[in-house]
Amino acid sequence: MNFPILSIITFLPMLAAVVILAVPSARKNVVRTIALTAASLDLLLFAWTYLQYLLGGLQGYQFVEQYNWLPALGISLKFGVDGISAPLVLLTGIVMFTGVLISWGDDDKHVMAGIQDRPREFFAFLFILASGVFGVFVSLDLFMLFFFYEIAVFPMYLLIAIWGWVVTREYAAMKLTLYLFVGSVVSLVGALAMYWTAYQNTGVLSFDMLQLEKAGFSTAFQNLWFLPVFMGFAVLGGIWPFHNWSPDGHVAAPTAVSMFHAGVLMKLGAFAALRVGVMLLPEGAKEWSWLIMTFAAIAVVYGAYIAFVQTDLKYMIGFSSVSHMGLVMLGVSTLNYNGLLGAGVQMFSHGVMTALFFAVTGMIYDRAHTRMIPELGGMSKIMPYASIGFIIGGLVSMGMPGFSGFVAEFPIFMGVWGRQWLVAVFASISIVITAAYIMTNIRKVFFSPLPEKLEGHVGDITLMDKTAVVTLCFFMIVIGLIPAIMVPMVETGVENILRLLGGA
Amino acid sequence: MDFIYSHLLSLILFLPAVSALILFLLPSGRNSLLRWFALLASLIPFALSVLLWVNYVPEQTGFQFEEQYVWYEAIHSTLHLGVDGISLTMVLLTTLLTPLAILASFSISDRVKAYMMLFLFLETGMLGVFMSLDLLIFFVFWEIGLVPMYFLINQWGSANRNYASLKFMIYTMGGSLGLLLAVQMLGVRFGTYDIVQLYSLWNSLEPGELFLGMSVSTVKTIAFWAFVIAFAIKVPVWPFHTWLPDAHTEAPTAGSMILAGVLLKLGAYGFLRLVLPFYPAEAKVFAGALAVLATAAIVFGAFGSYAQSDFKRLVAYSSVNHMGFVVLGIAAAGLAAGTSDAHIAMNGAVLQMFNHGLSAAGMFFLVGVIYERTHTRNLNDFGGLFPLVPVYGGILIFTSMASLGLPGLNGFISEFLVVRGAYPVLTVYTAISMLGLLFTGAYILKGIKSVLHGPLNEHWAHGEHQLTEINTREVLVMAPLMVLILVIGVWPMWILDVINKTVVALF
Repeated sequence: MNFPILSIITFLPMLAAVVILAVPSARKNVVRTIALTAASLDLLLFAWTYLQYLLGGLQGYQFVEQYNWLPALGISLKFGVDGISAPLVLLTGIVMFTGVLISWGDDDKHVMAGIQDRPREFFAFLFILASGVFGVFVSLDLFMLFFFYEIAVFPMYLLIAIWGWVVTREYAAMKLTLYLFVGSVVSLVGALAMYWTAYQNTGVLSFDMLQLEKAGFSTAFQNLWFLPVFMGFAVLGGIWPFHNWSPDGHVAAPTAVSMFHAGVLMKLGAFAALRVGVMLLPEGAKEWSWLIMTFAAIAVVYGAYIAFVQTDLKYMIGFSSVSHMGLVMLGVSTLNYNGLLGAGVQMFSHGVMTALFFAVTGMIYDRAHTRMIPELGGMSKIMPYASIGFIIGGLVSMGMPGFSGFVAEFPIFMGVWGRQWLVAVFASISIVITAAYIMTNIRKVFFSPLPEKLEGHVGDITLMDKTAVVTLCFFMIVIGLIPAIMVPMVETGVENILRLLGGA
Repeated sequence: MDFIYSHLLSLILFLPAVSALILFLLPSGRNSLLRWFALLASLIPFALSVLLWVNYVPEQTGFQFEEQYVWYEAIHSTLHLGVDGISLTMVLLTTLLTPLAILASFSISDRVKAYMMLFLFLETGMLGVFMSLDLLIFFVFWEIGLVPMYFLINQWGSANRNYASLKFMIYTMGGSLGLLLAVQMLGVRFGTYDIVQLYSLWNSLEPGELFLGMSVSTVKTIAFWAFVIAFAIKVPVWPFHTWLPDAHTEAPTAGSMILAGVLLKLGAYGFLRLVLPFYPAEAKVFAGALAVLATAAIVFGAFGSYAQSDFKRLVAYSSVNHMGFVVLGIAAAGLAAGTSDAHIAMNGAVLQMFNHGLSAAGMFFLVGVIYERTHTRNLNDFGGLFPLVPVYGGILIFTSMASLGLPGLNGFISEFLVVRGAYPVLTVYTAISMLGLLFTGAYILKGIKSVLHGPLNEHWAHGEHQLTEINTREVLVMAPLMVLILVIGVWPMWILDVINKTVVALF
């Protein structure tokens, strides 16, 4: 048996949550220190695992662990990562680490940035959420995948409803939770259908996804169930026309939760849609890919256009996420090598980028107490690090070469060319729209003169904030310049998917 | 030494970017340290390019100093660099103008570090376009160059900079969209982005073959226009030129120097490196259309320039006018491919790119010199300044004459070659362009007249507004440009030899 590295990474945040809850609530700095230690440890552990996978040139599912959980029903705790999920686990580690850093806050009584209200409970819920997310990415058992999926969704409700933006938090939390539960219930029904059909076909009760891959579902079965399963998960991936919960949720959530939400949770949806929908029901995927492609292409352009007209910085980023996640779905829907490769990289790239966007927006909001673009200005002189970070994020978002966004988007478009060139031409419109809104908003928020209202009481970000910004920028630049540190790994995952899709 | 010789191109390409990163670590407040460091850092690539020029063997066809590194293996794109006579000339132009632009920026005192860093990044971006032998890498550098330029205009520009910089960005990105899609299509179809391989693969397709549900010739025609529009916007060719006067006028002086001196050449270079070799048949078919646009650029550029009362705008429109000759040469070469007319026109076009780089950079700098002293660019506010600033006046007249195409200076040689090459094949357009050249003379003389001659505007003669003479640093910026302008005008063979051998082999 291997060293159980994946279980440690998955359950460490949950353990940390328990420890944090045991600390007296008045001792904010102790809570923060524990949180930061746990997050750093988790990130380092997985970074080490990631490097092993990458440098070892490994393929397929690695670091596999299996424990019986409910053998009678064929449920086991089976963990493992492949080339698609490993970058996402790394992403979760990065977002958790930087999310803790930017929630640390500034205790200066004039600033009071970050999480000042009940940080103990906040970090505890955040870490339970993180455990859930890790669990989904590493689960090789369909039941466990659902189990962790719900663990990830539930704390979101509390985090938004309690620590969110006063104006819309109840509404947004409710809307988000209902959307996601409905989506996951639809998927769950599909999953149970698979489970029973597999039992009838093979005579073995098992939720093990590697077994279900070989269960020999008939084409009619796959065509029937693919859409519910895929779309149920894709709701969390923010696919048009079910994206509506997502910008509201982003806006209402506190900064670190927005980072998690857009950075990681949306990937959870796309990832589960890929792993359960496409990989277990490949024939269904082939049947319906045109529909997914249509939805995705609309999301790409529509999301960019709606982002273009927003005046609230967080709504702008929220809709830009819809647009960028549309690209992920577009890549998935091509079902070919380039498209899937791009989708894999885009999930990571967009996660880091949008986490950075929300982090910087949070830093600005905490200090200026407004997110309305027309009311902001002159931030580049006050918070240079945040400005450079936002600009780099903007360039990634535009798909500027030299950054991770380009490395991700280019193969996606190549993949679409391989399927239907008209869609590539249509979707490419979003690049110019994105450039337009990113550049105008950067200019307005960071470089226009500082409004009088903000003069005097807006200060620079803290060292913790700067560390978070630099960490996030680091990954976007390194992958942009040296794609080889992520792409070969994603390639192995893509090959596995293509094998299930039957050559291609 | 061996290392330097075997990595000459990548050293020239990446040294500016590395210097920019080192610059980032230097203390922000020490302006003179930052300036001198940036200047020295940009002189090294220049020295290396001179080394490159000396070691280049014109007789040898194909690309030289090739280097190839793994970049994005999954989609078969490599960092493949190499130069031939055309790109070598452009590399030399870029590495020459960057130090001069940095020297010209010594008067900038606002956020010197960021400014200098952007300039060095810009240099890497521009050089990358000229050196790439991989279509994807070409596109990467093509786009990367936009970002520093955007911020240079947006942050250090004059009053209307927000509008101008966004227009520049959106125009160019919108234009590159077609290029991006066409590049993707080529990559998907052939599984490689290597330009040299694509030359043969792309041209070996049967015209009747089905491709994307259409015949190859239809696809090629669409892709041809996608390429042409992307490059035409950058050149810029009429009617895609409207971003240029705004961007030039609002950019800081050194930004305008580089914009006119090098960035416009990126577009023309795209025509030479990609459009003509990829689409010889289409270039022949549509040469007439290109020639119409080129003629329009020459004529309307000259008219537009004449109509300006803003000195910088006048120079900006003159770029449209002069770059029109480059496109005319390209159109002629496309139409007459393989004949000596094509070679002559092409020689003229490449040399015109180099020459316009020298004279436009010089002109923008001279506008900047007087603007820094008077804080106005309005031609009506000047007048009769020659007695006050005789040295400046002399330099301005010299550079203007080069721009006008006075025999004995560089502009004459290249424009003559273009016209000589284009006349037999595009007679009417060439004739109309020659009439346009008349107006070139008119607007240049108008500029000189309004600034230097006529009754003296007493405002600048004494008191706090008294105009001061061009200083040593500014003369040092102009000196290399003026020397080259004269040398090429008198003895162009040293540069034409390099260009000609490549042109004859390629077209």
